[in-house]
Amino acid sequence: MEPYSEKVIDHIRNPRNMGSIENPDGVGKVGNTACGDIMELYIKVKDGVIIDAKFKTFGCGAAIATSSMVTELIKNKSIEEALKISNRAVAEALDGLPPIKMHCSVLAEDALKAAIEDYQKKASKNG
Amino acid sequence: MKRIYLDHAATTPTDPRVVQAMIPYFSDIYGNPSSLHSFGQEARTAVETARNQIASFIMARPEEIVFTSGGAESDNAALKGIAYARREKGNHIITSAIEHHAILETCKFLEKQGFQITYIKVDPNGLVDPYDVKKAITERTILVSIMHANNEIGTIQPISEIGKIAKEAGIYFHTDAVQIFGHAPINVDELHVDLLSASAHKLYGPKGVGVLYIRKGTKFTPFLHGGDQERGRRASTHNVPGIVGFGAAVELAKEGMVQEAEKMTSLRNKLIKGILDSIEDTRLNGDPIKRLPSNANISVAYVEGESMLLYLDMEGIACSTGSACTSSSLEPSHVLTAIGLSHELAHGSLRFSLGKFTSEDEIDYVLDTLPGIIEKLRTMSPLYRKETR
Ligand code: FES
Repeated sequence: MEPYSEKVIDHIRNPRNMGSIENPDGVGKVGNTACGDIMELYIKVKDGVIIDAKFKTFGCGAAIATSSMVTELIKNKSIEEALKISNRAVAEALDGLPPIKMHCSVLAEDALKAAIEDYQKKASKNG
Repeated sequence: MKRIYLDHAATTPTDPRVVQAMIPYFSDIYGNPSSLHSFGQEARTAVETARNQIASFIMARPEEIVFTSGGAESDNAALKGIAYARREKGNHIITSAIEHHAILETCKFLEKQGFQITYIKVDPNGLVDPYDVKKAITERTILVSIMHANNEIGTIQPISEIGKIAKEAGIYFHTDAVQIFGHAPINVDELHVDLLSASAHKLYGPKGVGVLYIRKGTKFTPFLHGGDQERGRRASTHNVPGIVGFGAAVELAKEGMVQEAEKMTSLRNKLIKGILDSIEDTRLNGDPIKRLPSNANISVAYVEGESMLLYLDMEGIACSTGSACTSSSLEPSHVLTAIGLSHELAHGSLRFSLGKFTSEDEIDYVLDTLPGIIEKLRTMSPLYRKETR
């Protein structure tokens, strides 16, 4: 396999925002159909802005790094902005992924979408 | 940072004594063994010496040894060579579900050519029941191919019993002995094998050279055409330095393998026990007794193999995993699935394979380092919390 970029290795070594949030405003739990890996993304939203994000991941190095990176990318972003973040954008922010690892970044995008969907569902119920 | 190599099943370092033996055959004794002049004859002598060394190691005759480019070629040549030579007689081949890809992919290829393959299932320890082989034999069966020792979980098969069954049925028997060759005594007559594959770089020899043992009288269609090297069984100019290196590696194995195996077994047992005792929800894969002295294959629940491997690598420890994430097919190891592991446990497997230079300090370092890594990854894992809730 091609080696991981330095940025990927850094995020594997020091994952940012690892863990979960109590009483989150949105949770995305997704599985990777390709290899069977799992990711959970928790978000806290205030006035339409994501103020905190945390993740838990069972997966490869690329899955950990993309999980970590996606939490960084969405923090302090509005829901609309966050929705625009694609798996490619996450991979690019990590200086790229080996081709056979691109599918892992899909896990991050899916988890993000699912978390936002969950937030919106809850918000519409409450509102 | 100190680096610890525990991936000897992937490849071993070439023993410096082997390298010394090879050096003259690059620039000093460079003739082509097929040439009639003195340059060629010197090289030929070296090749024949290596052939004798290897033949005597497995109690075979020198003319039964065919040099190849490695284990994968030997496996391919054995299966295709017999399939083509025997297709008039039948089209059925018996193998096991846990063979190396060099066998399994060749079988898939042969299936497309109209051959029928039976993949014998294994028990939870990875053992083939010889009786299952016996039951699978039909009048169309032309070959049985069962590996001697498994590369992932280290399980050693009852080769001699299976060989006996094949022999009684008049069917050729091949064994992929790549993992065990040079690590335990092999006697081709006692094992009743007609063909056997081995590779030099698994026993401190060079990469790029292997052998296929073919019992005298075995009908065999060559895989490479275009020269009469190896009695017409494999064309291509001999890899003289590699072959010399293989011979030297076998000589070292003859002297040292029994003691090395004893030392490795005790270090390996320490490693296995240490991991199982210090980390909960771990299990040993493969047979606890009938296994290669070098092999420790452990499944760690709730964590994925590639991430463990990367974290270990950051601490200087090299091993391998059966995780789906490291395979290009994104399927977890077929071996771990065949012994009944769940997708998740196969995913979270680590294989440590020791070598003759592995020290107790290195094992201790792994035992000190691994628990912290697992703890960190488990904190990260969504599965861990769920299971413990
Ligand atoms: S998450 Fe399995 S390969 Fe990346």
